[in-house]
Amino acid sequence: MKKRHLVLQSISLFTIGMLYLPLFGIAVFSVNSAKHGWVWQEFTMKWYTGLLHNNYILEAAWNTLTLAVVSTLVSTVIGTLLAIGISRFPWGSRTNGFLGLMLNFPVVIPDIVMAGSLVVVFAILRSVSDVFQPGMVTMTIGHITFQIAFVALVVRSRLVSIGTDLEEAARDLFADNWYVMRRVIFPLLLPGIVAGGMLAFTLSLDDFVISFFTSGPTSQTLPLYIYSAVRRGVTPQIHALSTIIVLITVILVVLAERISRKK
Amino acid sequence: MKQNTILWHGEMTTERALTRRGMSFLSSGIFWLTAFLVLPSLIFVVLSFAERGVYGEVIWNFSFDNYKRLAGFSSFGWTPDYLLILGRSVVVSLVTTLVSILLSYPLTFFIASRPARNRFVWLVILIIPFWTNIVIRTYAWFLLLSPDLPFARFATFLGFIPDGSSLYPSAFAVYIGMISDYLPFLALPLYSSVERMDWALVEAAQDLYASRYRVFMQAILPQTAPGLTVGIILTLVPTMATFVVPDLLGGAKYMLVGNLIQQQFGTSRDWPFGAAISMALMLLTLLSMRIYRRKGNTVDII
Repeated sequence: MKKRHLVLQSISLFTIGMLYLPLFGIAVFSVNSAKHGWVWQEFTMKWYTGLLHNNYILEAAWNTLTLAVVSTLVSTVIGTLLAIGISRFPWGSRTNGFLGLMLNFPVVIPDIVMAGSLVVVFAILRSVSDVFQPGMVTMTIGHITFQIAFVALVVRSRLVSIGTDLEEAARDLFADNWYVMRRVIFPLLLPGIVAGGMLAFTLSLDDFVISFFTSGPTSQTLPLYIYSAVRRGVTPQIHALSTIIVLITVILVVLAERISRKK
Repeated sequence: MKQNTILWHGEMTTERALTRRGMSFLSSGIFWLTAFLVLPSLIFVVLSFAERGVYGEVIWNFSFDNYKRLAGFSSFGWTPDYLLILGRSVVVSLVTTLVSILLSYPLTFFIASRPARNRFVWLVILIIPFWTNIVIRTYAWFLLLSPDLPFARFATFLGFIPDGSSLYPSAFAVYIGMISDYLPFLALPLYSSVERMDWALVEAAQDLYASRYRVFMQAILPQTAPGLTVGIILTLVPTMATFVVPDLLGGAKYMLVGNLIQQQFGTSRDWPFGAAISMALMLLTLLSMRIYRRKGNTVDII
């Protein structure tokens, strides 16, 4: 029995090592002063300070954040309304089936297929309006499209778990629609909405494929910048940038887990 | 129209009023998803039968030419190139999923067996890679497999690669990138099932002298099946379609479907052909899930 535990432990540690070794490697090279080649020279922070003077990177960081915030706000509102609409009204089984399909579709469709179809549709819409030129607008639309389903799924599961008892109690006490929505459903639903929004936000930060297909010349995001930097030739600044992004991810994950554990 | 008064969750209303209010909740979402998801998908299906013009524009003449081309038929005769890429994607995706399953079970058991106060830390350790951008994690392997770093040195020492060269582009690099990139997508959903597992059943099976294989098949697998299924879907779909990993670590020799599609929307600018490949990709993804489901059924029957 003891021996089996040892096997279990070593496989697990090997797997965790495989997940973290590359991230540590990048962190080590981000403080190495050698510009070319893979030799360790000496500790430096110059690649980090250099980031602050790199306008491309600053702009990409700004774009990434704007994209994530705007798309999250829109998709959280639409997704929440959709979830309430789906689970709080007596739809027939066919309508329900259709809505369920619509929600699960973005989860199982490969992102590259969705990206390709968006490219085509934006090209068609461009003949109607210049708004659909590849850039921030098209990227934001793309992100919202895949976020909505995830927000709606999270909010819907919360709606199911809070049940309808309190709503019915409020109705019995002569609350009108607006009052029930504002003072009963919304406060109960808020944790679900926040969770859905956080999911949407991280999905947007993590996305590469949709952004890659729908971006224009002036709408670089950080993942796009890193990807194209690998093709142009890697500089240690990329290591510094990646390390910062990983650290931000770590902070966000720890915060999110803390919040969700409290509940 | 029915105008009967009905009672819906304590509210006196009519069916029509309720439907109208429900639609007002649904309208924005339905509008958005129809405009940017449903219609684009339908257009994409139609597009896959269209034709590429000389300058990369779309000519709406419908034929099966794109699919024939994908199957390898061209004016120069038959070549298996595209079919090889499709087949390779399926293999890479299935192998990645399988290895991830094999590594995830020990890992999730390990985390679940930690004392309750440490478990949170181990879980966060698993969640962090899940949320770290895939481009960064792939690029990190690109860095780690570079020439003169320990991995490449070791491979040189064993005589696999010449001195001073990197471990990419190679199938090895693609697999290692794929597995470490997508393993969390399988391990996390699996963990949610493992966490809730009833270990008494496992102990009962062991007490009754079940072989290890039977303990797994009859006591562990049925209990973890829900998480495993979600994990497999979350791994199969993106691994089948990935293009970042093969692009950075595989090179031109190890192209996958994702790269082929990306090429049609990038340099080649052949959207109809790209749409046709996408259809093939969707079909393969669905088929792989079907194979898994059939396997899952036989497991249940045993």
